[in-house]
Amino acid sequence: MAGNIWVLAEQWRGQVSELTYEVLALGSEVATALGLKLQVVLLGHKVKSLADTLGKADSVLYVDHPALEEPTAETQSSALAQLVKELQPQSVLIPLTNITLGVGTLVSAQLQLPGINFCRDLRVVDGRLQAHCVLYGGKMEVLVTALREPAILGISPGARPAEKGRVAQAPAVEEVTVTLPEAPPVRFKKYIEPEAGGVDITKQDVLVAVGRGIQGQDNMTLAEELAQALGGAVCGSRPVIDQGWLPLARQVGKSGLTVKPKLYLAAGISGAPEHVEGMKNADLIIAVNTDPQAPIFNLAHYGIAGDVLEILPVLTQEVRKTILKKAG
Amino acid sequence: MGSPIAGAQPPVCELTLENLFEFPEGRKVLTCIQCGMCAGTCPHGEVMDYPPRRIIGMLRAGMLEKVFTSDSLLNCVACYACMAKCPRGIQLTEVLLPLVKEQVFLRLPEIPGELHKALENTLRYGNPMGESPRKRTAWVKTVEVPIRILAEDPRPVDVLWFVECQNSYHPRGQDISRATARLFYALGTDFAILGNEEKCAGECARLVGETGLFDTLTDYNVAVFRNYRFNRIVTSGAHAHDAFLYQYRALGFNYPVEHVTPFFARYVDQLKPLLQRKLNYTVTYHDSCCLGRHNGFYEEPRMLLKAIPGIKLVEMPHNRMNAVCCGGGGGGMWLDTYYKAKGYERLSERRVKEAVATGADVLAISCPYEVSRFEDALKVLGYDKRMIVRDVVELLAEAMEV
Amino acid sequence: MNILVLLRMVADVVEELEIAADGKSLALESLRMILSESDGHALEEALLLKERYGGQVTVVALDAPEVDDVLFASLAKGADRATKVTGAETGLTSRGMAHIFSQVIATAASLKPADLILTGTQAIDDLDGLVAPLVAHFLRLPFVPIVVQVAVEKSGSMATVVKEYPGGVRGEFEVRLPAVLGIQAAEKPPRYVPVAKVRAAAKAHKIECLPVPSQLEPLFVEVLQMMKPEVAGHAEMLEGPAEKIAGKVCEILAARGLV
Repeated sequence: MAGNIWVLAEQWRGQVSELTYEVLALGSEVATALGLKLQVVLLGHKVKSLADTLGKADSVLYVDHPALEEPTAETQSSALAQLVKELQPQSVLIPLTNITLGVGTLVSAQLQLPGINFCRDLRVVDGRLQAHCVLYGGKMEVLVTALREPAILGISPGARPAEKGRVAQAPAVEEVTVTLPEAPPVRFKKYIEPEAGGVDITKQDVLVAVGRGIQGQDNMTLAEELAQALGGAVCGSRPVIDQGWLPLARQVGKSGLTVKPKLYLAAGISGAPEHVEGMKNADLIIAVNTDPQAPIFNLAHYGIAGDVLEILPVLTQEVRKTILKKAG
Repeated sequence: MGSPIAGAQPPVCELTLENLFEFPEGRKVLTCIQCGMCAGTCPHGEVMDYPPRRIIGMLRAGMLEKVFTSDSLLNCVACYACMAKCPRGIQLTEVLLPLVKEQVFLRLPEIPGELHKALENTLRYGNPMGESPRKRTAWVKTVEVPIRILAEDPRPVDVLWFVECQNSYHPRGQDISRATARLFYALGTDFAILGNEEKCAGECARLVGETGLFDTLTDYNVAVFRNYRFNRIVTSGAHAHDAFLYQYRALGFNYPVEHVTPFFARYVDQLKPLLQRKLNYTVTYHDSCCLGRHNGFYEEPRMLLKAIPGIKLVEMPHNRMNAVCCGGGGGGMWLDTYYKAKGYERLSERRVKEAVATGADVLAISCPYEVSRFEDALKVLGYDKRMIVRDVVELLAEAMEV
Repeated sequence: MNILVLLRMVADVVEELEIAADGKSLALESLRMILSESDGHALEEALLLKERYGGQVTVVALDAPEVDDVLFASLAKGADRATKVTGAETGLTSRGMAHIFSQVIATAASLKPADLILTGTQAIDDLDGLVAPLVAHFLRLPFVPIVVQVAVEKSGSMATVVKEYPGGVRGEFEVRLPAVLGIQAAEKPPRYVPVAKVRAAAKAHKIECLPVPSQLEPLFVEVLQMMKPEVAGHAEMLEGPAEKIAGKVCEILAARGLV
């Protein structure tokens, strides 16, 4: 019996993530190719209204439970596993972010089903799904197939444009119930917000992003000066924040912020998927890196194979000159 | 010509802090008169809690453990200045400091991030940059002269050219390597390089106190050298030169070792007719610590520079034995952020100011660390339009161009 | 406190990765293995917890090239014991490895009892699953991913852990012990260990070898093909001296009203 294509909606703090819409677009294509229906699984507590935005699907399976308000990987996977077992979808697509990390693996283990991570694309070949996955930090790709159905597929960002997953109409919503443990072994306590005040990089038009190529804290001034000259702000990739050269609120990427500025100047950033995830939709990406093979150049619109420590100050000077010339 | 300030014999490898006084070099340490010349001449003297004078004082008082648990010796850039000035001729940088720094390093609760990475990379990839060993000879195909790689063609060779890490991987280092290759070729030298088997000589790891890493690299390098037949080693690495000449020698590794600068200086008469192009530069030469103070090769680079038509040589006030270190030795190459956080002035900036004040347009160097350090300093200070940095071999090669 | 740290070796991407003749796996000749980055953080976190609460840290790894160095380095850093599982086939997936780890932990007397099992939250080759939740599932233990901070209650039966969310937000969770934690980053960067200490550890310690359990996890996925990434579009490279490049950049920015 042919089941449906399921997408787990990733909802957090009252919002459905951008990635969910990307996965909806992908799921819709797959469903059409297989002649199946597309359903969204929405887990949460008192978030039924979020279903309205998920109209790309034919219907939404909504699970409301207090334990799913601030979910743990366990409660999410337990709920999803119960639904999969009962309703037998053909495949389950899960947007892969920090919110859902571990859920797909747990469901696949609990139900003895295949789990496939890092999917960048799904294709239907001879009526079967093939996943195109990216491994080794972007350095190698594999074409994978599941040896059993349903497969639990973890979808990475970039598979489809999010706009293709959004539609005006609201879908039909079906409420379903699951049983979740009374006293779970993992209990959410509270959120710790990042330090207040300071720059909100998601609101900046211009971002000068620094990566390992900046080499040291005292070279940060080079980036700050350029950002200042351009009227923007400095942000960074994870290694720079890990080193303490920038505060957490400036982190762009998988465990940081997603930004969509008019200009993203990537200085000394290699372009690993975890970082690219946070900035790939910037209007204009200019990258500087000593390695002409750096993956960032596959994403950037313009590239400079050079040392940021050399390029940044020269660029700052030129920007200032250009602006002053305009003023004068 | 060059007369090392080192003692007549290279330091014995079996010297430890326990058996120190069983050796003449060790007993010499006790002849310290506490004059403080070492502290006064140390480029980081104002921030050095334990200059050699004080170390020896603590040694005499049986309080060396206090020195070991201080991180102050991370400030030592192993520039041989203290040793050069010691009126007693105590082998400070050669004998005392490495033994003490080894103990300091073992006790450091954490080491600065950049240094950590450099040491880990050196152990794993044979170079502090963390580049693949398979890319070490990528520069070879960018130069038009043929370069034999022993791993591919193991026939006996006269000169084994040990290229060194910076000069293999860093873009400016590769410029220097290309120039060096052209000079070897022009002289008709029978030379070859190890190729991707070449790994860091580890001298700076040793001089920051990571003797375990140095030993591991030595074991490896000696085993690789044994696979090939060559008459002598000529290296672009000033620190590598010291490792081979002093440390490896003490392990019975007895090949003649020369740095490229004194090597080419011996052939200056053959080179002169090839230097056809007039370079109208005013050049000031920075004496590197290893080549200069440690080994006494002051006149060789100057001789080479004077052989180039059109070059005018001017001296910085601190020249030859008094040269001020670029700050790259003893681990300093990877401690800039650490020093900056402590508010020190960069030694490379201090030196560059002196160079610029001579009015020269070229700062000539001969140690691989110096080119990136001084170019960086020039940029930071805003002098990069007034002065460029060139290795001596680069200037020679430039003068050879038609 | 008894802490187990599961360590995995993954392909070192500093080296060029090549595809093997079968077209579906990595060529072994150019392959070098390195400790998975977040596993290094898991070890550091374990050592920090040991310093804070006392107890013992045991590192467990599957046999692989260069794994002995990693185990001796772990001992030199402060781990108390190192265990290696030998005899496993090559080309195991994450799920296969997690299964082996779980069986070994469940059966080996030398690894019991564990209050905490730490491992990296994710590895670069986790195609068919993540090791941390898989081990948690097989051992029927609670699990929290993406952990950046751990505090253990005095009773030793509960821990408070901090998980990382997007946007710099963090979440605090209470988890009943024993549990499996997927570590994203230790509270301090992984410590350096002098080579001399690693050499000394290699002399002073023996790595305990345990045979791979006979019961293997079946394969659930099949790799049909391995490919190098297709460069879908490429940046227009700006060439020349820095000043010329800066000039071109300003032209581009001016055209978009950014300067």
